[in-house]
Amino acid sequence: MNPTINWHAIAPELIVAGTAVVALIADLMLPRDRKIIGPRIAAVGCLAALIPVITLAFQIGDDGPISMFGGAYVVDGFALAFKGFFVLVAYLTLLLSLDYIADGDYYQTEYYFLLLTSVLGMMAMASSRDLISVFVALETISIPTFILAGWRKHDSKSNEAMMKYFVIGALSSAVMLYGMSLVFGLTGGTTNLAEIATKLPELGVTNDQTGLWIVAVFATLVGFFFKVSAVPFHNWAPDTYEGAPTPVTAFLSVASKAGGFVALTTVVYAAFPGQPDWWQPILWVLAAASMFVGNLTALRQTNIVRLLAYSSVAQGGFILVPLAVAGEAASSAQALQAVVIYLVIYAVMNLGAFACVIAASKITRSGEISSYSGLYQRNPALVVVFALFLFSLAGIPPLAGWFAKLAMFRAVLAADTTSATVLAVIAAVNSVIAFVYYVKPVRAMVFGELPEGIDREASARVSPALMLAIGTTVILVVVAGVVPAIPAWIGETAQLALG
Amino acid sequence: MDFLNDWGLTLAVFTPAVGAALVMLCPKGNELAQKVIALVTTLVTLLWGVLLLANFDFDRGSMQFSVDREWIPLINSRYELGLDGIGLPLVLLSMLITVLCVVYSWDHFPHPHNPKAFLTLMLILEVGMIGTFVAQDLILFFVFFEVVLLPMYFMIGVWGGPNRQYASIKFFLFTLFGSALMLVSFIAIYFLSGAESFSIQGLTELARTGDLGIAKGTAVVIFGGLFLGFAIKVPMFPFHTWLPDAHTEAPTVGSVLLAAVLLKLGTYGFVRIALPILPEAAVEWAPWIGLLAVIGIIYGALCCLAQKDMKRVIAFSSVAHMGFTMLAIASLTDFGINAAVFGMISHGLITGMLFFCAGSVQERYETRDMGRLGGLLSQAPHLGWILGFSAMASLGLPGLAGFWGEFPAILSVYEPGANMSLTVFRTFMVIAAIGTVLAAGYLLWMYQRVAFGRPKGEFEHAHIHDLHRPEWIAWTPLLLLIVGLGIFPNLLFKTTDISVEPLVTSVFAQPVDAGATEAAR
Repeated sequence: MNPTINWHAIAPELIVAGTAVVALIADLMLPRDRKIIGPRIAAVGCLAALIPVITLAFQIGDDGPISMFGGAYVVDGFALAFKGFFVLVAYLTLLLSLDYIADGDYYQTEYYFLLLTSVLGMMAMASSRDLISVFVALETISIPTFILAGWRKHDSKSNEAMMKYFVIGALSSAVMLYGMSLVFGLTGGTTNLAEIATKLPELGVTNDQTGLWIVAVFATLVGFFFKVSAVPFHNWAPDTYEGAPTPVTAFLSVASKAGGFVALTTVVYAAFPGQPDWWQPILWVLAAASMFVGNLTALRQTNIVRLLAYSSVAQGGFILVPLAVAGEAASSAQALQAVVIYLVIYAVMNLGAFACVIAASKITRSGEISSYSGLYQRNPALVVVFALFLFSLAGIPPLAGWFAKLAMFRAVLAADTTSATVLAVIAAVNSVIAFVYYVKPVRAMVFGELPEGIDREASARVSPALMLAIGTTVILVVVAGVVPAIPAWIGETAQLALG
Repeated sequence: MDFLNDWGLTLAVFTPAVGAALVMLCPKGNELAQKVIALVTTLVTLLWGVLLLANFDFDRGSMQFSVDREWIPLINSRYELGLDGIGLPLVLLSMLITVLCVVYSWDHFPHPHNPKAFLTLMLILEVGMIGTFVAQDLILFFVFFEVVLLPMYFMIGVWGGPNRQYASIKFFLFTLFGSALMLVSFIAIYFLSGAESFSIQGLTELARTGDLGIAKGTAVVIFGGLFLGFAIKVPMFPFHTWLPDAHTEAPTVGSVLLAAVLLKLGTYGFVRIALPILPEAAVEWAPWIGLLAVIGIIYGALCCLAQKDMKRVIAFSSVAHMGFTMLAIASLTDFGINAAVFGMISHGLITGMLFFCAGSVQERYETRDMGRLGGLLSQAPHLGWILGFSAMASLGLPGLAGFWGEFPAILSVYEPGANMSLTVFRTFMVIAAIGTVLAAGYLLWMYQRVAFGRPKGEFEHAHIHDLHRPEWIAWTPLLLLIVGLGIFPNLLFKTTDISVEPLVTSVFAQPVDAGATEAAR
């Protein structure tokens, strides 16, 4: 029996997959001097994939969510919002990569092929509502990024980055698969998330089974904790981020992380909404630990990429905060909105920050924060924009980051439990700690003196592709900060079709 | 008129933002154009303020020129602005001080110069200051409250003194810590009140009728969060330590704006948000606020007596003066809150003036060390006299504005509201009164060392220029206002009282007269 396939519903994935293949074939056929075609095809493909996302949005607005393959693959508001999100993030990553990859004398088209394959995995993740499809999507996200992390193959740091990322990634996949098999066994043979949720009350879990269930759920979530680099599963992140090519780092810290959060959110909301005691305490501890460890370690960093790596660990902690109260009836809806809003805003500001890092490091030829000293005198516009992104990450109004934090606080306080309130206070304290390191590069750039021997008139230009990326993200950061109704609307639209 | 009703406040808040954008677009070399744009923008903003003043209904205590538009529907936060008798003087003060700061900076921008960035920051700062005083939605208030931080951070960090990096980050972190907890408190009010609304007026109304569903114990904790947010900004003892550093390192204009307007954001927050929305908790907190206030008064004064740096004296005197304002707020009486608002305005005018003087002294002698200064009156008599005049105003000489900020503040705690302990508050009153004596001591001592006698050796033959024209233009309005409000305090008391009275009397039990309350207790 063949499953009925709704071609419209999977059109965005098909376009991205097709683009990846076409780019690869075009690269084989064309002479060497015309290889520039690869990134162009990829960029057009990304934007083209937006069209079916929009038409689908209208369709499900009228007819409700579309469910396929026995409920394993669902297109709902949540899935579409994230599909749109992932293709846009992919497009911005392409802009960041253009000069970096072309300058480095590396294979070009293969890079874009792998990038798009990973994005394909993310789009599939947004629709996955079955443990099997979640697993396949997660591996489709991960495997290309293992290779991308080691792209600078002559650089031993890049090799180390890849190795660490791969080994820890493989290990956590194994643990996750083990957890999923436990869930499969305990439920008596189902992998569909919605079915798990309906079966659980019927099973009548006894007290001595609860321990095993907690192990099963925890092991399943470990794979996602690794993706979102939640403490203590974050050890790979700083080394990998530092060693990988900077555009790949941006991609890992935004898209790959968002992919992990999408998986975590769907599994928690769709499969275990009735058993918050099994996972809320774990998420609480991970959220608090990620915020503290990420922020306190970031304070000591001298390299901008490592600083942003730890910052991304801490930001992951902030996104975990609403999930730690996602099981409470009072805060469940707000928590889902908060996760979506936070991810969207975080993606924009973090990509912008990385674009500035690429631009600034190209001028100073170093990633050390000390090398940025006095950059303001050479390129004030870049420094002002860079500062805006960093302050947005710190959550200073009127830049977008403040609204992400507000949505997070709103969700956690809506739960109105003591543990939730404590978590809110921890988050508040952490947002102050975070400011100390976000301002560090700004201080170097604005207050610092230009190093001896550097002429302030020396060329400090930024390439057009980067300017486009920086310009887009900075406009979004300011507009979303002043008119938060826009990210709030995305948060409201991204509804999960449950049950 | 209708136009002013609908758009007046929005224009007043965002005109400086437009000016900031224009200054930013100016070519770097064309400094005159940048300065003219900044001056015109601040003057136009002041013009909006004057128009609002002219159309203000002085018989109505409620919000005027109200705007209420959708802003963030998801969390039911609205773009709600309004102006009443408490906000009006503070808005006008912010507008005036910014104009004067632009004029004062006209041809002495501090090192490293760069007027373009300096003026842009000053205009963004103005958006935040005016916005905070007119915002009637907690989230909107929070946003404007924070907008102020970045420009001031850069002003201190780029144009400040030798220790500027430390001072600027300290300023930022202290305030940020307070405002993070303040935000958490706002959201807690949102949920726990059951109103799911951030409207300051709406919540105040609920509190007045007793329908705000927050249990007293919880309210006391939430008040604690608000207290930290506002008390750090004021700053109250023991959260004041950022202030002397920030003031000392900031460029002159930064110090003036910081002292004249930014500190008032904290006291204003108490009057507008903390007291009216959580009145029961306020009664619990008031004695402690009063205690910290009087400690601040005495501690600030004693610190002043130990300083060598002129600016540090003025900075610590701010701690003491804001102590009087907070003490008046802690009285929870109509009279006390009026005194507090008067205190905010007079401190803004007078301390702003003192910082201008200190800045001009530093520019001429390149030091603020009182041990090296002396004989200002003989070398620059006009500057010397104005410094003396401001010092007199600051110590509370009757007939000048400072008196009306200080004397009623002390008087108000004689009869605290809400049936609070007379013994405690009268003790505070006595201590605060001792504080005024100390204030006279340190201000006169500072004046004596800077202005009297002969110039010390190194400056004996120095050629010291007396006041320049921009200084005259920038200072005259302040001096006139200090005298004007000193002679006609009712101009201000009348304006504030129409709004303070309904805000306070319906919430806190007011003392009837001394004998009756005595008997009642």
